[in-house]
Amino acid sequence: MPVQLFAALASVALLGLVIELIRSRKLRERYALLWLATAGVILFFALWREGLHDLAKGLGIAYPPNALFVLALLFVLMLLLHFSTVISKLSDRSTLLTQRLALMEERLRELEDSPGTRPTLREVKS
Amino acid sequence: MNAVALTAAEARFERPRCLAIVPAFNEAESIAEVVTEIRDFDPEIEVLVVDDGSTDPTAAVAESAGARVIRLPLNLGIGGAVQAGYLYAFERGFDVAVQIDGDGQHDAQELGRLLGPILAGRADLAIGTRFAGPRTYRAPLARRIGIGLFAALVSLRVRQRMTDTTSGFRAVNRRGICLFAVDYPHDYPEVESVVTASRGDLRIAEVPVAMRARAAGRSSITTARSFYYVLKVLLALFVGLFPRSPLTIED
Repeated sequence: MPVQLFAALASVALLGLVIELIRSRKLRERYALLWLATAGVILFFALWREGLHDLAKGLGIAYPPNALFVLALLFVLMLLLHFSTVISKLSDRSTLLTQRLALMEERLRELEDSPGTRPTLREVKS
Repeated sequence: MNAVALTAAEARFERPRCLAIVPAFNEAESIAEVVTEIRDFDPEIEVLVVDDGSTDPTAAVAESAGARVIRLPLNLGIGGAVQAGYLYAFERGFDVAVQIDGDGQHDAQELGRLLGPILAGRADLAIGTRFAGPRTYRAPLARRIGIGLFAALVSLRVRQRMTDTTSGFRAVNRRGICLFAVDYPHDYPEVESVVTASRGDLRIAEVPVAMRARAAGRSSITTARSFYYVLKVLLALFVGLFPRSPLTIED
């Protein structure tokens, strides 16, 4: 079945790529797990024909390879949702860091301007 | 010099320390007047201008007008800027904080009225509303519909009549400062923060105030953005119906 062969090859390539990205430290293990699971499940059903047929029958899909694509699509959607939560978390954190940084800069300027503290770099230069 | 009205009991003790949080993004034209007005109203109020990553000399102008300035290195939007102000108020132990826009549409002369319920201990959050009192402000029709819709929905949610939830002219006491320092919505925060306050068990009061047309600049809400604004706020209100563990901060 060429479609299943293609799916198997693609998922092997994906597995290899993900592992290489982890090895070269371009991808954290934490975010690689879902990718590995995606590739693993596609590979599993691409190789195990009977399982795929049963799955397709159970889902009411006439052409079994389509079950493979449905599965792959579900995993990709999960990945995208996962990334949206990661982006939200990152933007919450950068907001907090921005606020903290601004407050600390203000405090630093206040300290530098107050008398009795050590001379600042500005004063030393002049 | 008209000082903030105090109850007899409070006047005998130390006056509450009050911070005015003025979020500003490219408001160099109007910021000096806003700062000066607040200082003229009551020199005891510390004015904090939160420069939200402006590209014009907003920070320098505000500083020379006598305000304390914190500069956000990135533009966070109004919610993040205001929250930075609440974090400052929290860290420095302020008793009361007021929020005044940097574009000059809020009149510092109305501060006494706004602070009234807070200083009297009748409310934890006071919101200056344009609609409960004399009609000095008239918004375009589309905006009035939006404001009315939000007001109706928020009223249902907080079980209290609200007429102007989009107003950014507000005052809070220490309880409110502690809440908003850790839990403040991000973009278009005004409507949602009323629900945040209600969820944090703050007592909310609306105070009729007069507002002006903006002195300089334009509203940040353009036609395209107003769709996002409405949808975002409606979603936030809807999600707000479901219970959520509150964020807290130790005082």
